Amino acid sequence: MASCKGLGGEGSAPAPHVLAVDDSSVDRAVLASILRSSQFRVTAVDSGKRALELLGSEPNVSMIITDYWMPEMTGYELLKKVKESSRLKEIPVVIMSSENVPTRINRCLEEGAEDFLLKPVRPSDVSRLCSRVLR
Amino acid sequence: MQDANLRYPEIGISEVSLTFGGKIGYLDEQFCQVEDLQDEASPNFAEEVVTLFFKDSARLMSNIELALEKYPKDFNRWDAYMQQLKGSCSSIGASRMKCEFMSFRDYCGQGNVEGCMRSFQKVKREHTVLRQKLETYFQLLRQAGPAGAATRPVM
Repeated sequence: MASCKGLGGEGSAPAPHVLAVDDSSVDRAVLASILRSSQFRVTAVDSGKRALELLGSEPNVSMIITDYWMPEMTGYELLKKVKESSRLKEIPVVIMSSENVPTRINRCLEEGAEDFLLKPVRPSDVSRLCSRVLR
Repeated sequence: MQDANLRYPEIGISEVSLTFGGKIGYLDEQFCQVEDLQDEASPNFAEEVVTLFFKDSARLMSNIELALEKYPKDFNRWDAYMQQLKGSCSSIGASRMKCEFMSFRDYCGQGNVEGCMRSFQKVKREHTVLRQKLETYFQLLRQAGPAGAATRPVM
Protein backbone atom coordinates (compact mmCIF):
# COMPACT_ATOMS: atom_id res chain seq x y z
CA MET A 1 0.00 0.00 0.00
CA ALA A 2 1.32 3.44 -0.95
CA SER A 3 2.27 5.57 2.06
CA CYS A 4 3.82 8.86 2.98
CA LYS A 5 6.98 7.28 4.30
CA GLY A 6 8.84 9.04 7.03
CA LEU A 7 5.74 10.77 8.32
CA GLY A 8 3.97 10.02 11.56
CA GLY A 9 6.24 7.29 12.80
CA GLU A 10 7.79 7.13 16.25
CA GLY A 11 10.22 10.01 16.76
CA SER A 12 9.25 11.66 13.49
CA ALA A 13 6.91 14.55 12.65
CA PRO A 14 3.23 13.97 13.41
CA ALA A 15 1.20 12.50 10.57
CA PRO A 16 -0.29 15.11 8.24
CA HIS A 17 -3.93 15.80 9.02
CA VAL A 18 -6.21 15.56 6.00
CA LEU A 19 -9.76 16.84 5.95
CA ALA A 20 -11.89 14.71 3.60
CA VAL A 21 -15.18 16.24 2.48
CA ASP A 22 -17.85 14.19 0.68
CA ASP A 23 -21.61 13.94 1.09
CA SER A 24 -21.53 10.25 0.07
CA SER A 25 -21.01 7.97 3.07
CA VAL A 26 -19.58 5.29 0.76
CA ASP A 27 -17.02 7.63 -0.77
CA ARG A 28 -16.09 9.06 2.64
CA ALA A 29 -15.44 5.58 4.01
CA VAL A 30 -13.30 4.50 1.06
CA LEU A 31 -11.34 7.75 0.90
CA ALA A 32 -10.73 7.81 4.66
CA SER A 33 -9.48 4.23 4.51
CA ILE A 34 -7.10 4.98 1.65
CA LEU A 35 -5.76 8.04 3.46
CA ARG A 36 -5.32 6.20 6.78
CA SER A 37 -3.52 3.32 5.10
CA SER A 38 -1.19 5.95 3.64
CA GLN A 39 -0.43 7.08 7.21
CA PHE A 40 -2.49 10.26 7.18
CA ARG A 41 -4.55 11.35 10.15
CA VAL A 42 -8.06 11.81 8.72
CA THR A 43 -11.17 13.73 9.62
CA ALA A 44 -14.08 13.04 7.26
CA VAL A 45 -17.10 15.34 7.07
CA ASP A 46 -20.18 15.31 4.89
CA SER A 47 -20.46 18.93 3.79
CA GLY A 48 -18.61 22.12 2.99
CA LYS A 49 -20.33 23.79 5.93
CA ARG A 50 -18.97 21.18 8.37
CA ALA A 51 -15.57 21.46 6.75
CA LEU A 52 -15.47 25.20 7.42
CA GLU A 53 -16.62 24.65 11.01
CA LEU A 54 -13.78 22.20 11.56
CA LEU A 55 -11.25 24.48 9.88
CA GLY A 56 -12.34 27.19 12.30
CA SER A 57 -11.45 25.07 15.31
CA GLU A 58 -8.65 22.80 14.08
CA PRO A 59 -5.41 24.68 13.44
CA ASN A 60 -3.35 21.95 11.84
CA VAL A 61 -5.03 20.73 8.69
CA SER A 62 -2.37 19.85 6.11
CA MET A 63 -4.64 19.24 3.14
CA ILE A 64 -8.30 19.30 2.16
CA ILE A 65 -9.71 16.73 -0.27
CA THR A 66 -13.24 17.55 -1.30
CA ASP A 67 -15.85 16.19 -3.64
CA TYR A 68 -17.01 18.65 -6.27
CA TRP A 69 -20.72 17.97 -6.34
CA MET A 70 -22.27 18.39 -2.90
CA PRO A 71 -25.63 19.87 -1.95
CA GLU A 72 -25.74 23.40 -0.48
CA MET A 73 -22.02 24.09 -0.96
CA THR A 74 -20.07 22.56 -3.82
CA GLY A 75 -16.40 21.64 -3.53
CA TYR A 76 -15.63 24.60 -5.79
CA GLU A 77 -17.44 26.97 -3.42
CA LEU A 78 -15.53 25.46 -0.49
CA LEU A 79 -12.27 25.94 -2.41
CA LYS A 80 -13.11 29.60 -3.00
CA LYS A 81 -13.89 30.19 0.67
CA VAL A 82 -10.63 28.58 1.72
CA LYS A 83 -8.59 30.60 -0.75
CA GLU A 84 -10.35 33.83 0.25
CA SER A 85 -9.40 33.32 3.90
CA SER A 86 -6.06 34.77 4.98
CA ARG A 87 -5.83 32.07 7.65
CA LEU A 88 -6.72 29.11 5.43
CA LYS A 89 -5.50 30.02 1.97
CA GLU A 90 -2.17 28.19 2.29
CA ILE A 91 -3.89 24.84 2.87
CA PRO A 92 -3.71 22.76 -0.33
CA VAL A 93 -7.13 21.83 -1.65
CA VAL A 94 -7.70 18.84 -3.92
CA ILE A 95 -11.00 18.42 -5.75
CA MET A 96 -12.56 15.06 -6.65
CA SER A 97 -15.27 14.35 -9.16
CA SER A 98 -16.73 11.31 -10.87
CA GLU A 99 -17.11 13.36 -14.08
CA ASN A 100 -14.26 14.36 -16.36
CA VAL A 101 -15.36 17.85 -17.37
CA PRO A 102 -12.38 19.90 -18.61
CA THR A 103 -14.04 23.29 -17.97
CA ARG A 104 -14.79 22.23 -14.40
CA ILE A 105 -11.25 21.01 -13.86
CA ASN A 106 -9.72 24.18 -15.29
CA ARG A 107 -12.00 26.37 -13.21
CA CYS A 108 -10.91 24.62 -10.02
CA LEU A 109 -7.24 24.76 -10.89
CA GLU A 110 -7.52 28.44 -11.76
CA GLU A 111 -9.17 29.06 -8.42
CA GLY A 112 -6.13 27.53 -6.72
CA ALA A 113 -6.85 23.82 -6.40
CA GLU A 114 -3.65 21.79 -6.16
CA ASP A 115 -5.02 18.86 -8.10
CA PHE A 116 -8.18 17.36 -9.50
CA LEU A 117 -8.82 13.65 -9.02
CA LEU A 118 -11.29 11.53 -10.91
CA LYS A 119 -13.31 9.21 -8.73
CA PRO A 120 -13.01 6.52 -7.68
CA VAL A 121 -9.84 7.67 -5.95
CA ARG A 122 -7.05 5.07 -5.89
CA PRO A 123 -4.20 4.59 -3.44
CA SER A 124 -1.83 5.57 -6.26
CA ASP A 125 -3.61 8.96 -6.49
CA VAL A 126 -2.97 9.51 -2.78
CA SER A 127 0.66 8.49 -3.14
CA ARG A 128 1.08 11.03 -5.94
CA LEU A 129 -0.57 13.72 -3.80
CA CYS A 130 1.72 12.89 -0.93
CA SER A 131 4.84 13.48 -2.94
CA ARG A 132 3.55 16.53 -4.82
CA VAL A 133 1.39 18.43 -2.37
CA LEU A 134 2.91 17.61 0.99
CA ARG A 135 6.62 17.61 0.20
CA MET B 1 -10.95 -13.66 -9.45
CA GLN B 2 -10.75 -16.63 -11.81
CA ASP B 3 -9.70 -18.82 -8.89
CA ALA B 4 -12.69 -17.49 -6.97
CA ASN B 5 -14.86 -18.88 -9.81
CA LEU B 6 -13.60 -22.35 -8.99
CA ARG B 7 -14.07 -21.85 -5.28
CA TYR B 8 -17.59 -20.51 -5.39
CA PRO B 9 -19.22 -21.82 -8.56
CA GLU B 10 -22.59 -22.15 -6.89
CA ILE B 11 -23.19 -18.41 -6.65
CA GLY B 12 -22.11 -17.73 -10.20
CA ILE B 13 -19.22 -15.67 -8.97
CA SER B 14 -17.80 -15.81 -12.48
CA GLU B 15 -20.21 -12.96 -12.96
CA VAL B 16 -18.67 -11.11 -10.01
CA SER B 17 -15.55 -10.46 -12.03
CA LEU B 18 -13.87 -8.37 -14.62
CA THR B 19 -15.02 -8.45 -18.20
CA PHE B 20 -14.64 -11.80 -19.92
CA GLY B 21 -14.98 -11.85 -23.69
CA GLY B 22 -17.14 -8.76 -23.81
CA LYS B 23 -19.48 -9.76 -20.98
CA ILE B 24 -19.68 -7.08 -18.30
CA GLY B 25 -19.34 -8.43 -14.80
CA TYR B 26 -21.38 -7.24 -11.86
CA LEU B 27 -18.26 -5.78 -10.26
CA ASP B 28 -15.10 -4.31 -11.68
CA GLU B 29 -11.57 -3.84 -10.40
CA GLN B 30 -12.66 -1.11 -8.01
CA PHE B 31 -14.23 -3.80 -5.80
CA CYS B 32 -10.82 -5.47 -5.54
CA GLN B 33 -9.36 -2.10 -4.50
CA VAL B 34 -11.96 -1.88 -1.73
CA GLU B 35 -11.17 -5.41 -0.56
CA ASP B 36 -7.47 -4.61 -0.60
CA LEU B 37 -8.12 -1.85 1.96
CA GLN B 38 -8.99 -4.53 4.52
CA ASP B 39 -6.40 -5.10 7.19
CA GLU B 40 -6.17 -6.32 10.76
CA ALA B 41 -7.69 -3.08 12.03
CA SER B 42 -10.59 -3.30 9.53
CA PRO B 43 -11.01 -6.96 8.60
CA ASN B 44 -14.59 -6.49 7.37
CA PHE B 45 -14.08 -3.18 5.61
CA ALA B 46 -15.41 -4.35 2.25
CA GLU B 47 -18.61 -5.69 3.76
CA GLU B 48 -19.05 -2.49 5.80
CA VAL B 49 -18.68 -0.36 2.67
CA VAL B 50 -21.09 -2.58 0.74
CA THR B 51 -23.61 -2.26 3.57
CA LEU B 52 -23.25 1.53 3.44
CA PHE B 53 -23.69 1.40 -0.33
CA PHE B 54 -26.94 -0.52 -0.23
CA LYS B 55 -28.32 1.73 2.49
CA ASP B 56 -27.35 4.83 0.52
CA SER B 57 -28.43 3.51 -2.86
CA ALA B 58 -31.86 2.43 -1.60
CA ARG B 59 -32.46 5.99 -0.44
CA LEU B 60 -31.18 7.49 -3.70
CA MET B 61 -33.31 5.16 -5.81
CA SER B 62 -36.33 6.10 -3.75
CA ASN B 63 -35.55 9.78 -4.46
CA ILE B 64 -35.24 9.02 -8.17
CA GLU B 65 -38.52 7.13 -8.22
CA LEU B 66 -40.22 10.07 -6.55
CA ALA B 67 -38.62 12.53 -8.97
CA LEU B 68 -39.73 10.49 -11.98
CA GLU B 69 -43.28 10.71 -10.70
CA LYS B 70 -43.34 14.19 -9.20
CA TYR B 71 -41.29 16.08 -11.81
CA PRO B 72 -42.45 14.86 -15.24
CA LYS B 73 -39.93 15.40 -18.03
CA ASP B 74 -37.53 17.16 -15.71
CA PHE B 75 -34.60 15.40 -17.35
CA ASN B 76 -31.98 17.62 -15.75
CA ARG B 77 -33.26 16.79 -12.27
CA TRP B 78 -33.57 13.09 -13.10
CA ASP B 79 -30.03 13.02 -14.47
CA ALA B 80 -28.68 14.87 -11.41
CA TYR B 81 -30.20 12.30 -9.06
CA MET B 82 -28.85 9.45 -11.17
CA GLN B 83 -25.37 10.99 -11.08
CA GLN B 84 -25.41 10.79 -7.29
CA LEU B 85 -26.21 7.11 -7.48
CA LYS B 86 -23.60 6.59 -10.17
CA GLY B 87 -20.96 8.07 -7.87
CA SER B 88 -21.63 5.50 -5.16
CA CYS B 89 -21.70 2.67 -7.70
CA SER B 90 -18.30 3.72 -9.02
CA SER B 91 -16.85 3.62 -5.54
CA ILE B 92 -17.65 -0.04 -5.04
CA GLY B 93 -17.19 -1.08 -8.66
CA ALA B 94 -20.82 -1.86 -9.52
CA SER B 95 -20.08 -2.04 -13.24
CA ARG B 96 -23.43 -3.20 -14.62
CA MET B 97 -25.29 -0.50 -12.75
CA LYS B 98 -22.77 2.07 -14.01
CA CYS B 99 -23.38 0.98 -17.61
CA GLU B 100 -27.09 1.48 -17.23
CA PHE B 101 -26.54 5.03 -15.98
CA MET B 102 -25.01 5.87 -19.33
CA SER B 103 -28.13 4.60 -21.08
CA PHE B 104 -30.27 6.63 -18.72
CA ARG B 105 -28.22 9.74 -19.45
CA ASP B 106 -28.60 9.16 -23.19
CA TYR B 107 -32.36 8.86 -22.82
CA CYS B 108 -32.44 12.07 -20.78
CA GLY B 109 -30.49 13.78 -23.53
CA GLN B 110 -33.00 12.55 -26.09
CA GLY B 111 -35.95 13.62 -23.96
CA ASN B 112 -37.14 10.01 -24.04
CA VAL B 113 -39.38 9.48 -21.00
CA GLU B 114 -40.14 5.84 -21.73
CA GLY B 115 -36.48 5.09 -22.25
CA CYS B 116 -35.66 6.71 -18.89
CA MET B 117 -38.33 4.69 -17.14
CA ARG B 118 -37.14 1.43 -18.69
CA SER B 119 -33.55 2.22 -17.89
CA PHE B 120 -34.37 3.02 -14.26
CA GLN B 121 -36.24 -0.27 -13.90
CA LYS B 122 -33.13 -2.02 -15.18
CA VAL B 123 -31.01 -0.17 -12.62
CA LYS B 124 -33.36 -1.42 -9.91
CA ARG B 125 -33.11 -5.01 -11.16
CA GLU B 126 -29.31 -4.88 -11.34
CA HIS B 127 -29.26 -3.40 -7.84
CA THR B 128 -31.35 -6.27 -6.48
CA VAL B 129 -29.24 -8.94 -8.16
CA LEU B 130 -26.01 -7.31 -7.00
CA ARG B 131 -27.27 -7.20 -3.45
CA GLN B 132 -28.16 -10.90 -3.54
CA LYS B 133 -24.81 -11.86 -5.02
CA LEU B 134 -22.83 -9.83 -2.53
CA GLU B 135 -24.83 -11.11 0.43
CA THR B 136 -24.04 -14.64 -0.67
CA TYR B 137 -20.41 -13.77 -1.33
CA PHE B 138 -19.84 -12.37 2.15
CA GLN B 139 -21.75 -15.23 3.72
CA LEU B 140 -19.45 -17.69 1.98
CA LEU B 141 -16.40 -15.72 3.06
CA ARG B 142 -17.57 -15.84 6.67
CA GLN B 143 -18.12 -19.59 6.40
CA ALA B 144 -14.68 -20.06 4.85
CA GLY B 145 -13.17 -18.18 7.79
CA PRO B 146 -9.62 -16.79 7.95
CA ALA B 147 -8.19 -19.69 5.97
CA GLY B 148 -10.52 -18.95 3.10
CA ALA B 149 -9.66 -15.26 3.20
CA ALA B 150 -5.96 -16.07 3.24
CA THR B 151 -6.22 -18.01 -0.01
CA ARG B 152 -8.28 -15.36 -1.81
CA PRO B 153 -6.43 -14.69 -5.04
CA VAL B 154 -4.63 -11.38 -5.33
CA MET B 155 -5.41 -9.51 -8.55
